[in-house]
Amino acid sequence: MTETQELEQLVKREYKYGFTTDIEQEIIPPGLDEDVVRMISAKKKEPEFMLEWRLSAFRHWQTMTEPEWAHVHYPRIDYQALSYYAAPKSQEELDAEAPESLDDVDPKLLETYEKLGIPLHERAALAGVKGANVAVDAVFDSVSVTTTFKEKLAEAGVIFCSFSEAVENHPELVKKYLGTVVPQGDNFFAALNSAVFSDGSFVYVPKGVKCPMELSTYFRINAKNTGQFERTLIIAEEGASVSYLEGCTAPQRDENQLHAAVVELVALDDAEIKYSTVQNWYPGDEEGKGGIYNFVTKRGECRGDRSKITWTQVEAGSAITWKYPSCVLKGDDSVGEFYSVAVGNNYQQIDSGTKMIHLGKRTRSTIVSKGISAGHAENAYRGLVHIGKTATDARNFTQCDSLLIGDRCGAHTFPYIEAKNASAQVEHEATTSKVSDDQMFYLRSRGLSEEDAMNMVVSGFCKDVFNELPMEFAVEAQALLAVSLEGSVG
Amino acid sequence: MALLEIKNLHAEIDGSEILKGIDLTVNAGEVHAIMGPNGSGKSTLCHVLGGRDGYEVTQGTITFDGHDLLEMETEERAIAGMLLGFQHPVEIPGVKNIYLLKEALNAKREAQGLEEIDTFTFMKQVRELVASMDMDDAFLHRGVNAGFSGGEKKRNEILQMLLLEPKLALLDETDSGLDIDALKVVSDGINRMRGEARGIILVTHYQRLLNYVEPDMVHVLYKGKIIKSGDKTLAHRLEAEGYQEILQEAS
Ligand SMILES: Nc1ncnc2c1ncn2[C@@H]1O[C@H](COP(=O)(O)OP(=O)(O)OP(=O)(O)O)[C@@H](O)[C@H]1O
Ligand SMILES: [Mg+2]
Repeated sequence: MTETQELEQLVKREYKYGFTTDIEQEIIPPGLDEDVVRMISAKKKEPEFMLEWRLSAFRHWQTMTEPEWAHVHYPRIDYQALSYYAAPKSQEELDAEAPESLDDVDPKLLETYEKLGIPLHERAALAGVKGANVAVDAVFDSVSVTTTFKEKLAEAGVIFCSFSEAVENHPELVKKYLGTVVPQGDNFFAALNSAVFSDGSFVYVPKGVKCPMELSTYFRINAKNTGQFERTLIIAEEGASVSYLEGCTAPQRDENQLHAAVVELVALDDAEIKYSTVQNWYPGDEEGKGGIYNFVTKRGECRGDRSKITWTQVEAGSAITWKYPSCVLKGDDSVGEFYSVAVGNNYQQIDSGTKMIHLGKRTRSTIVSKGISAGHAENAYRGLVHIGKTATDARNFTQCDSLLIGDRCGAHTFPYIEAKNASAQVEHEATTSKVSDDQMFYLRSRGLSEEDAMNMVVSGFCKDVFNELPMEFAVEAQALLAVSLEGSVG
Repeated sequence: MALLEIKNLHAEIDGSEILKGIDLTVNAGEVHAIMGPNGSGKSTLCHVLGGRDGYEVTQGTITFDGHDLLEMETEERAIAGMLLGFQHPVEIPGVKNIYLLKEALNAKREAQGLEEIDTFTFMKQVRELVASMDMDDAFLHRGVNAGFSGGEKKRNEILQMLLLEPKLALLDETDSGLDIDALKVVSDGINRMRGEARGIILVTHYQRLLNYVEPDMVHVLYKGKIIKSGDKTLAHRLEAEGYQEILQEAS
């Protein structure tokens, strides 16, 4: 059967599901089987190799069971009740759903934007107000900004595009690197993502090129509706370097409760990748109802000698976070770093940490994790430092601090160390502290409100991590913490 | 009208009464010294004036600059012009000293309806004060009191006072732990604050501070009560004779 025939057949098969109207054709009904995987691939007009890749992931997924080891609790997810494909909506459809103006937007959301210090013209766009893109254009001139970005990047030879575009325009790169860091069958959620991923970002920085800009600025203006199964692949060739920022401090609401993203990073000899995340998905209400389940697989491979990968994350949102950005240190003298602030309030549950897998000689890793718990939140750090047989003179330093606000929340630390090489030096420091009455009294006696005093202590606690964030985001991250911890004092 | 008027103040911590009927009046322009043996309640009095949670006032009244102090939150007292210099300033790791100074100043300015201070003016002002305290600029960029020596912490308290220009400064043993040169620097700082519109309360164990900062009144606090008040000569007497004599006299 030729590809065209196959496509035709697929299109016909859709009718079997009773799609009659134009709009409904854009959504595949709930449930997941091979046909659905084929349909997703066909809708995205993917080449054969992508379909095969998805199918083999799907087959693998079917043999797997959902992990239960994490320190989180949630009702069973019915994977057959989820929808796995929704086409990007047309402007008309978006407009039909969009609020007419900021006056129609939930005042609480607007209040939050204000507290976060988000500029007025960005608020409308974030809240999805009708025609807000135009407004953003007017102020930002985002079309020309975008064009400048694109030109600059192209000049440097950097490829930065959506994952779908990469599949279409750079299939050889996708084929070469996809799944080489996070294999299809790596874990339950990664397998699911591999089978059904919607879209995401693709970055390729060629040999010797320092990416001329933070990829954050661009992303921040453009990222929208990235979907629940996001896939990101970043490749830095020999001597290349790139800094990428994902997410946004503004609270993002999403219809989809389950998010299962996969991010893969590949750094060749002397390459450097810095990946920063600010995550602020809807955490659920004060009683713990609703909220996003964020089950993410992020892994970077220092494939080349002297390469370096840095993960920095500020995790503030989601009802459940299950996330362990990791580094596989294959190249000799390669370096892995993980800096994390994870804050949980109300009934949020966080199980996050990292894995540092040392395989190359003289590989070094640093882990700095700051967990903050308030309300009834449960915050667990789970980290693995593995020093393989071949990793002579490997070193790791782990600093893992927990800060408790109030006495109904919990902090847990699960550090695992596996050292298979006697020359390894592994250091682990852990502290648990409370915001003390002395600190609060001291700051308040200098005129700071209770909330400001609390925020000051908390941001001091997070300083080592904030220092790793791109400047503009460090300020926003601080504001985000303040908003996340609202109502946790007094 | 007195700047601070304390009448028959009784206060408890965890149900045990520490302050047992204190009367004290401080007028603008005056410097008062409070002395007394360890554990007599000097720091407790400071904390009660600062409005610390857990310090329960069971009787009495406090008026500060026309306000009913007991109705005010700690931060409101600060903004109204009270500054508490701590006997044991707490460490706040990761929060830069300069940042706290700026936030504190802006909190006050906001309450006064002023704009946030611009960074240039602020830095200039702070640098001058830091130099006047014989401190290094590096202190500004260290965590608040984090790893400061005892004497450095005390200088830092005076630095905050100089910047915030309170109406009433309550300095709890700011002279303890200072070397001789630092004592001079700190005293100079306090004397600079001294003025018509301001009141200063110095809690101290030693005459040597009072040699530099001459008090208008000296009070002896003992077991939660002021048992004797007098002029600066009272402090000389204490230094020479110790507490025994005066305690006996009072009882
Ligand atoms: N949290 C507390 N619970 C019970 N008693 C307390 C508490 N804090 C202070 N006290 C008691 O109150 C009394 C007064 O203490 P305070 O610190 O005010 O003394 P002080 O005069 O400042 O002493 P020093 O000269 O040593 O600084 C002491 O007996 C002390 O043990
Ligand atoms: Mg004391």
